[in-house]
Amino acid sequence: MLTFTIRRLVLAVPTLLFISLVIFLLLELAPGDPMAQVPLTVPPEVKEKMREALGLGQPMHIRFWKWLVQFFWIEPQVLIDWMIGTTFSEGDLRVISWQTRSPVMDIVVQRLPQTLWVVGTAYVLATIIAIPIGIYSAYRQYSWFDQLGTFVSMIGFSVPPFFSGVLVIVIFSVNLGWFPSIYDTTLKVTDWESFLKQLQQMIMPVMVLALQITAQTSRFMRASMLDNLTQDYVRTARAKGLREYTVVMTHVLRNSMIPVITVIALGIPAIFGGAIITEQVFKVNGIGQLLIGAIQANDLPMVQTLTFIFAVLIVVFNLIADVLYGLMDPRIRYD
Amino acid sequence: MTDKDNFVPDEGLAPASTILPAAAGPLQDLSTPARSQWMDVWDQFKTHKGALFGSFVFIFIISSVYIGPLLWGIDPQFLPQGRDFINLRDTRPIWVGLFDADAKVDWSHPLGTDNLGRDMLARLMFGGQVSIAVGLTAMLLALFLGTLVGVLAGYVKKLDGILMRLTDLFLALPLLPLILVASLLFRDPLSAMFGPEGGTFILIVMLIGVTSWMPTARIVRGDVLALKEREFVLAARSIGTNNRHLILRHVLPNVLSPIMVSATLGIATAIITESALSFLGFGFPPDFPTWGRLLNDGVDRVASYPERSILPGIMISLTVLSVNYLGDGLRDALDPRIRGR
Repeated sequence: MLTFTIRRLVLAVPTLLFISLVIFLLLELAPGDPMAQVPLTVPPEVKEKMREALGLGQPMHIRFWKWLVQFFWIEPQVLIDWMIGTTFSEGDLRVISWQTRSPVMDIVVQRLPQTLWVVGTAYVLATIIAIPIGIYSAYRQYSWFDQLGTFVSMIGFSVPPFFSGVLVIVIFSVNLGWFPSIYDTTLKVTDWESFLKQLQQMIMPVMVLALQITAQTSRFMRASMLDNLTQDYVRTARAKGLREYTVVMTHVLRNSMIPVITVIALGIPAIFGGAIITEQVFKVNGIGQLLIGAIQANDLPMVQTLTFIFAVLIVVFNLIADVLYGLMDPRIRYD
Repeated sequence: MTDKDNFVPDEGLAPASTILPAAAGPLQDLSTPARSQWMDVWDQFKTHKGALFGSFVFIFIISSVYIGPLLWGIDPQFLPQGRDFINLRDTRPIWVGLFDADAKVDWSHPLGTDNLGRDMLARLMFGGQVSIAVGLTAMLLALFLGTLVGVLAGYVKKLDGILMRLTDLFLALPLLPLILVASLLFRDPLSAMFGPEGGTFILIVMLIGVTSWMPTARIVRGDVLALKEREFVLAARSIGTNNRHLILRHVLPNVLSPIMVSATLGIATAIITESALSFLGFGFPPDFPTWGRLLNDGVDRVASYPERSILPGIMISLTVLSVNYLGDGLRDALDPRIRGR
């Protein structure tokens, strides 16, 4: 198992390098000009100097190398400095955003808590709801509960977040006036009052995200339970006189959770991507909105770094899912 | 319906002159009309209520979106001028008049007009044409790429490793961010070449197609790998069939069912992705309505005119829901293990 994990970790490095190259080339070959926003009155030789100041003067491979060094060597040093208080990274050039002229990672760290709060809550909540639904609808297959669950998860699959978001805004903000339609990120939770406010503004985005995640996870849970319920070992467990509760909740559930947990792990990076739309609907200024803003402002270092962070998430969670699968299922041995 | 049913002697249909005892099993087939595989599939499909309903809704949406504009003669792009502009703009849908006597409603615009006085019904139908056209074309492109990669990887052993690594790599890319970036970066050159609408159409179809072929490729590869070892492929090869014919005549028809299922699911994802792009403002130009664009345009005034966002949203959801149910039923119907249960 350990050798497998190490092998996968080593394999992840070229994958990530290749992905960063793809992202870099895509941005490089694109005809966008970061100088497009500069007024026309600025003379061309000044423009050329500004271009060099942004680091655009050098050939492509040198810039790619510099970005790699900045991202993989200098940024971790900054992180260590910040955590322990050392001065490894003093004087080193970091990845600078063209929009704000400040380090990209600083902005990402500022925006991360909002995304994590909303997306994380939605993910945890959805998983907690989805697993019992999946278990019960598999146990009572074709009952009215199962039919209802199938229908609701079909709706969860089909209604895109930009519509369900607008719909809940119309219902709960406009007509009922219960929740604010805009997520206020300046709100600081200090006492009970502000905590309630935070809860109120989180309900709608979490609801929208959770509907989608619940739909997927409960379907997987149901299918996985159905696969296991007809197995021989279940009949054996029943035949030796175990209570129905023990049979389902201990024997069947434990085996059914194996694929479901990997699906949950695989879904986490996808949720970060999907949250781009939800963040846009509720004006949560998290990572997704940062990306949209950066794309519109032609802020290439920011776009490159954010897209690469998404790619890292996908690769890492793929790895985690594979390792978890091997750890939990003794039938799977990679070596 | 099933193999089992065919073996049950059917005295009513058997001609009286038959000399074979009714229990003679498979020979019974001679006396009943031959059933093609697709009749079996259709019989199974009919039993799935949701799928049947979904396909009716999908056909209804497609036909109303494409035939509707012929009957409803209002131009979706028509901008009323002068006094007409004041009179026509911001008309509410007629049902608002039921509970709000002061609302501005007009029977000549049953779904109301937008803030520039353009008819909502005409815009919805036009937007639907674009959304569905994008969905279908992108799905075809993704299917073509997926089938090509899948068949090549499954059939040609040398290419298998490279192509599957490529598939893994594409699956590891953060697709939505990359689509957003690419749609902004490649818009201008394509627009210059094919005009703003045509360029955007090609751009979006290409982006969706290029980023959604991977699941199809994996499924097709798995099936081709299994089919390649079967006897009929060996038989075909032994009579001197060349590779091209072997793939087109013998292998491809046998992987048709998974391809059809991923086709229906592909339409659904393509429509959602297109709408998401338009919603985020990375899709078609503002005066060229698609369902996602209409939804986005309505968001700013959603408090006063909720129908402008909700109607296109319902259309998107209904289309995707019907396609998903269609795909669900199709998967059951095309799976011979489930068929006839």
